[in-house]
Amino acid sequence: MIATIVADATTSYTARSIDFNVSALVDNFWQLTIDGLSYGSIYALVAVGYTLVYGVLRLINFAHSEIFMLGMFGQYVGLQLLGFAPSGNTYNEGMLATVVFLGLAMMFAMATSGAAAVGLERVAYRPLRKRGAKPLIFLITAIGMAFVIQEFIHFVLPRFVDLGGTNAEQPIKLVDPKVEFTVFGAPVTNVTLIIIGSAVVLALATEVLINRTKLGRGIRAVAQDPNTATLMGVSRERIIMLTFLIGGVLAGAAATLYTLKIPSGIIYSGGFILGIKAFSAAVLGGIGNLRGALLGGLILGVAENYGQILFGTEWRDVVAFVLLVLVLMFRPTGILGESLARTRA
Amino acid sequence: MGFAATLALAGCGDRSTDSGTGTETGAAATDLSIQPLVQVDTEGNEVAKTDTAAAASPAGNGSATCAPTTTIAMAGALTGPNAALGINIINGVKLALDEHNKANPGCQVQLGEYDTEGDPQKATQVIPQIISNPNIIGLVGPAFSGETRATGGILSDAGLASLTASATNATLTQSGWQTFFRGLANDDVQGPAVARYMTDTAGFAKVCVVADNSDYGVGLARSVTDTLGPAADPSCAASIKTGDKDFAATVTQVQGASPDAIFYSGYYAEAAPFVQQLRSAGVEATFVSADGVNDPQFVSQAGNSAEGAILSCPCGPAPDQFKSDYEALNGQPPGVYSVEAYDLTTILLTGIDAGQVTRPQVVDYVRNYDGNGLARHYRWNPDGELASALIWIYDVQ
Repeated sequence: MIATIVADATTSYTARSIDFNVSALVDNFWQLTIDGLSYGSIYALVAVGYTLVYGVLRLINFAHSEIFMLGMFGQYVGLQLLGFAPSGNTYNEGMLATVVFLGLAMMFAMATSGAAAVGLERVAYRPLRKRGAKPLIFLITAIGMAFVIQEFIHFVLPRFVDLGGTNAEQPIKLVDPKVEFTVFGAPVTNVTLIIIGSAVVLALATEVLINRTKLGRGIRAVAQDPNTATLMGVSRERIIMLTFLIGGVLAGAAATLYTLKIPSGIIYSGGFILGIKAFSAAVLGGIGNLRGALLGGLILGVAENYGQILFGTEWRDVVAFVLLVLVLMFRPTGILGESLARTRA
Repeated sequence: MGFAATLALAGCGDRSTDSGTGTETGAAATDLSIQPLVQVDTEGNEVAKTDTAAAASPAGNGSATCAPTTTIAMAGALTGPNAALGINIINGVKLALDEHNKANPGCQVQLGEYDTEGDPQKATQVIPQIISNPNIIGLVGPAFSGETRATGGILSDAGLASLTASATNATLTQSGWQTFFRGLANDDVQGPAVARYMTDTAGFAKVCVVADNSDYGVGLARSVTDTLGPAADPSCAASIKTGDKDFAATVTQVQGASPDAIFYSGYYAEAAPFVQQLRSAGVEATFVSADGVNDPQFVSQAGNSAEGAILSCPCGPAPDQFKSDYEALNGQPPGVYSVEAYDLTTILLTGIDAGQVTRPQVVDYVRNYDGNGLARHYRWNPDGELASALIWIYDVQ
């Protein structure tokens, strides 16, 4: 008797959670695509950090997700310094001032994340490199540093300042999402426009930096052959530091865009899953490949958004990772292949 | 009818450009807060509030005498990620003890604090320490359902009265424990009560039930959906993941169904961004949720989007006098289950004052207790459930 009831309850629940809701996907196709693209742009910016570091060091910097998380806190503190008190309500500063404040917030986030990424490299990876540690040691260190940074915000920081801890920060909202125009009947909000617009500008800037400047040539050279690059007068240590800096700065920008979309997402654990997604995006596009990371981010963002309405929201992460596995089965080096050096235009 | 007005207000944005530093706890810069609305039974019918003037006072008549070693224990999460609830409870216990001990110089009851971190495994190590301390004659706790399930058996075997102020899993009282008393309604009462309140009192004809994937969220959603019957729209029944912050797809789904209300079955950490994203997308349906969301953090994080939200809770509202006494002693305002903890401690203390100071005497005393507390009337069925289990409906205003 009791067994029957339990069985019934379980079946009905299971049946509800793996809906195959095709009509919802068709009905909301453009809406989902646009939302997916705005998420994808954030993944893409974070993915660049993973991919550049991998290209130069053959290291998967698992602590990069926490660099992103620190960026969220950086812009949060920055906005408070600018006089915004957290309230959960939207500030109405007028269009121009809002853009200026958003830009400043992004500067704060970029500075925080950039400094944190360079600091991380100094503290955690450089000493290992000097001692010629094996790749596995780097990997474990990266995972360890991710926990250290998370728990620092979780337990240590709240003891000294009114920040961090178990709960998410009370949000500071500068922009209320407002529908600007529609694409095939799907509303496009100002927030989506800011996110996709900023991401495109930053991606182009990174592309130019890596492929058209002397610094970028240095990075590509070190990625291709560190020893020869050193012989040609490229300072490997300096290139590594700058690579971490670029990755960190982009993660900071992504963090600002993310908090614009999810104002109450500022929490110590807020970077973890997003970081893993961005890492997957980098692998999906071909790790070590700049354009691959950007493309992978967009594809992952859109695909998981389709997937979550098709199968149910709680399957979103599953969709993302199944997609990754499927792509890697047929293209083990990712969609665009692995080499950073080969992405020269 | 009142809801229509609240609904209309909920959409309006607010303009605030004040500067300075805000605290992140509590509903700092928003003037919204969670206010008690009405007490209902499982049928969703209104039940008059208990007369707090007739509530038992821990002070007693001031002439009680007892052994100076007499101790009441509290067990629950005092550190770790879920500590907020445990701290609400222990501070309620402290207030009752403080009032009792000040009034009764001849009977200074001690408090034993036992931290389980809310973890059932820790609890199985901590509870035996309580049992083996002969001075402890009664326990307020365990706080959470999981740890209660893990330790109810040994507490029952030891004959130690355990009065929980917060463990609401319905199956706990079906284990045949002899010393377990639940000081509030269980989850099987809350679901039907809030569901009937939505259909009958508030008159919602179409409700989207959205649940997170926790045991609590799934169980409550199931009982709400069952009671709602045809009012629950299966086309927008959605499930989200605990820890998620982005609900774009769920919002799209809900928007497509244009319901009268959304019932969210889960915790405030997800409810705050969810309601914010619903309002941003222009969904104006009333947001209804339960005790997992009934926390000042919900209002502080969701801001104006929280306005008009309806939140049920088995927990009773704190009377004003209690609020100020509690804050004076503990330096923070009372939270969910503080009143329950105070009431349950008071019951143990009145037992001690009446000379019931051995473990079997205390169990007997509680089993036959019949009196008012600040939150409700306390009288237990033989299985340890309250004879009249009621739910409070709150709203954010």
